[in-house]
Amino acid sequence: MTVTLVFLALLMAFFVGWLFSQSINVKPWIAQSASAAHPRHVPEAATAPRVGLVVFLAVVTSVFALTISAYLMRMGHGADWRALPEPRLLWVNTGVLLLASVALQWAWSVAKRNDRHALKLALTVGGGCTVVFIAGQYLVWQQLNAAGYYMTANPANAFLFLLTALHAAHLLGGLVAWARTMLRLGRGAAPSKLRSSVELCALYWHFLLAIWVVLFALVLST
Amino acid sequence: MAEIGHDAVSYAPPAEVGEMELVHPKTFIGKYIWSQDAKVIAIQYGITATAIGLVALALSLVMRLQLGFPNTFSLIDPSSYLQAVTMHGMIMVVYLLTALFLGGFGNYLIPLMCGARDMAFPYINMLSYWIYLFSVLLLVAGFFVPGGPSGAGWTLYPPQAISPGTPGSDGGIILMLVSLAFFIIGFTMGGLNYVVTVLQARTRGMTLMRLPLTVWGIFMATVLALLAFPALLVAALMMLCDRLLGTSFFMPDMLAAGGQAGHEGGSPLLFQHLFWFFGHPEVYIVALPAFGIVSDLLATHARRNIFGYRMMVWAIVAIGALSFVVWAHHMYVSGMNPYFGFLFATTTLIIAVPTAIKVYNWVLTLWHGNIRLTVPMHFAIAFIFTFVNGGLSGLFLGNVTVDVPLSDTYFVVGHFHMVMAVAPILVVFGAIYHWYPKITGRMLNDTLGKIHFWVTFLGTYAIYYPMHYLGFEGVPRRYFAYGETAFISDSVQTMNAGISIAAFIVGLTQLVFLFNLAWSFYRGREAGPNPWEATTLEWQTPHTPPRHGNFGDELPVVYRWAYDYSVPGAKQDFIPQNVPPEEVEMIDSPGRNARP
Repeated sequence: MTVTLVFLALLMAFFVGWLFSQSINVKPWIAQSASAAHPRHVPEAATAPRVGLVVFLAVVTSVFALTISAYLMRMGHGADWRALPEPRLLWVNTGVLLLASVALQWAWSVAKRNDRHALKLALTVGGGCTVVFIAGQYLVWQQLNAAGYYMTANPANAFLFLLTALHAAHLLGGLVAWARTMLRLGRGAAPSKLRSSVELCALYWHFLLAIWVVLFALVLST
Repeated sequence: MAEIGHDAVSYAPPAEVGEMELVHPKTFIGKYIWSQDAKVIAIQYGITATAIGLVALALSLVMRLQLGFPNTFSLIDPSSYLQAVTMHGMIMVVYLLTALFLGGFGNYLIPLMCGARDMAFPYINMLSYWIYLFSVLLLVAGFFVPGGPSGAGWTLYPPQAISPGTPGSDGGIILMLVSLAFFIIGFTMGGLNYVVTVLQARTRGMTLMRLPLTVWGIFMATVLALLAFPALLVAALMMLCDRLLGTSFFMPDMLAAGGQAGHEGGSPLLFQHLFWFFGHPEVYIVALPAFGIVSDLLATHARRNIFGYRMMVWAIVAIGALSFVVWAHHMYVSGMNPYFGFLFATTTLIIAVPTAIKVYNWVLTLWHGNIRLTVPMHFAIAFIFTFVNGGLSGLFLGNVTVDVPLSDTYFVVGHFHMVMAVAPILVVFGAIYHWYPKITGRMLNDTLGKIHFWVTFLGTYAIYYPMHYLGFEGVPRRYFAYGETAFISDSVQTMNAGISIAAFIVGLTQLVFLFNLAWSFYRGREAGPNPWEATTLEWQTPHTPPRHGNFGDELPVVYRWAYDYSVPGAKQDFIPQNVPPEEVEMIDSPGRNARP
């Protein structure tokens, strides 16, 4: 559970620090005059969708931190752990997911410039690469099965299947948001109106790329 | 105590935060079925959770029939007994208490108390409820599949939970695991709303340190749930893989039903770690909203500001953080390294410190208060007693050396029912009596409420206090029948019969409560906007019950905390949060804008 505890400790430290900054020297029992300023207490940049995404990413991080903890604990608990060979296709898939992330970053920047044509292209490349990545992961499963590394044969195999499936499921969820954005674009919505959605997609893809890199590194190193 | 004294020159301009576009459906289905209004969603959560909670209550009575009068009722066999134990526990902890506190009270109170129009993402909030309902239906479907629901105990420990021979290991356990996964997905959707609404949608002047403790409790419980439920999700998915695909995450090499089970090397302990990493924060997911709500009930009905508000907030945060580092105290008998036992016993005892701070502050809030012994106040005071009693027995179980002999006995059953079943349920009742007038516009009947309170309060003590004694005798829990057992004295059976009779009386008394809810809805006394003379924003809405959008044309502006009761010099013994100091009427000052 060390991995999860470190993640939670960092999260709690951030939360406690933020709360401390909000509560230090505050005397809640003192009423405030009507003439006193009531400043907006939420920074302009912290929009509800952005904060919502950050909270959701914390939840997803918790899911993966716990799965990684389980991976490490199961590896240590039994003597039956046999590392499996890493299919080269995983490297290719990683490159494709990186491309998807770069394309969505590009989409974010062209949405700011209100460039409709470029936005459509960037989103299509981003979504297309993601579909290719998921298909590639499925191919990896097929290759492993063909080589006799079945999910049930060994916990190391089972965890690789589980981790890739969990990661792909989160990407599929992202593709729902991506499809919604594409649909709105197809119906003629102005790129500037889609900026927030594109931004959230880009951030989510970057996050899932980072998660994949961690998972891949874990599999490579154990 | 409020310090009033400012030079008022001009009034604050209209609120500029928290405004949002709302969907205003015209049809009945849009308004009350596929509703995006957090208040309607709250009631949907409340009704569903109560309905499934009544099923769990009925299951507990089935258990008590068997324990009190063994071999009398032929419809209860060992399998159905274990299934009743399992479903009772799972429903009560997850599908009733978590859903009711966060989905029910969270949805109703967060936007109103924060001064928001609605939740931050109303559509996702609506989806949250429907996924919750789907998860409940999946769980209930377990009763109707061959083999029935799971009988593995609510902890679902492998290898037992998915081994042949355990009741419900065919379809019931699969439905339960899938149902839990959906519950967690649905909760995450709701939880995102609760957190973002508290962070983003507070009205002007509603600083974090002016939030009512109810909101603090629900907020922190939601944070815990968002971070802890993934452990249950991961465990459920891995167990589903073991059950359906034949993997060996948790399943060791073993013989089952006379043959090789087909698994190899799995670690049941890994499941226990994951389960309790969720399971212990779950205690506080239920307790923290109760802490918050009871703080507000006490302050309102004792006409006193809550004692040590900032300490109360920090205690909630500290309890939340510490709840993640005590999980292994549920596993003292799993053969863990004694040093780990010492570590977890220490963290367990440390968590008693912020908890004790809260208890002292509740008692000090009552001290010299102008206590109004309303029905909600009865329940709030009863909560303090019950929580202290349940907490004290927790100190025994938190210590390894005392826990080992008491583990898996009725002492444990008595402890956790007092601390996380009866105590939070008392708060649920108190909260319903308190906010029912706002939700429906009518008061609940006082006499019926007091009958409900006294029978429930005394009755639950008649049920759970003797269980501690049974535990000292060494009576093990989750047993269908004890037969001829040398170490269990004859008096145990007499006591079990008494407990069962008390359980039936308490169970039937809940019908009085349900009748009161229904009767008062049509015949109850008109409540008016603020029958308890409370300060928080939900009592300051222009309409009762509040309409969609909560606050009419303009959002309120907040000038003070939620606890300005019995302010010296003020004419009324409460000053609502949205009243500026310049408008407070003072004694001997006939006009407004008076300063002390």
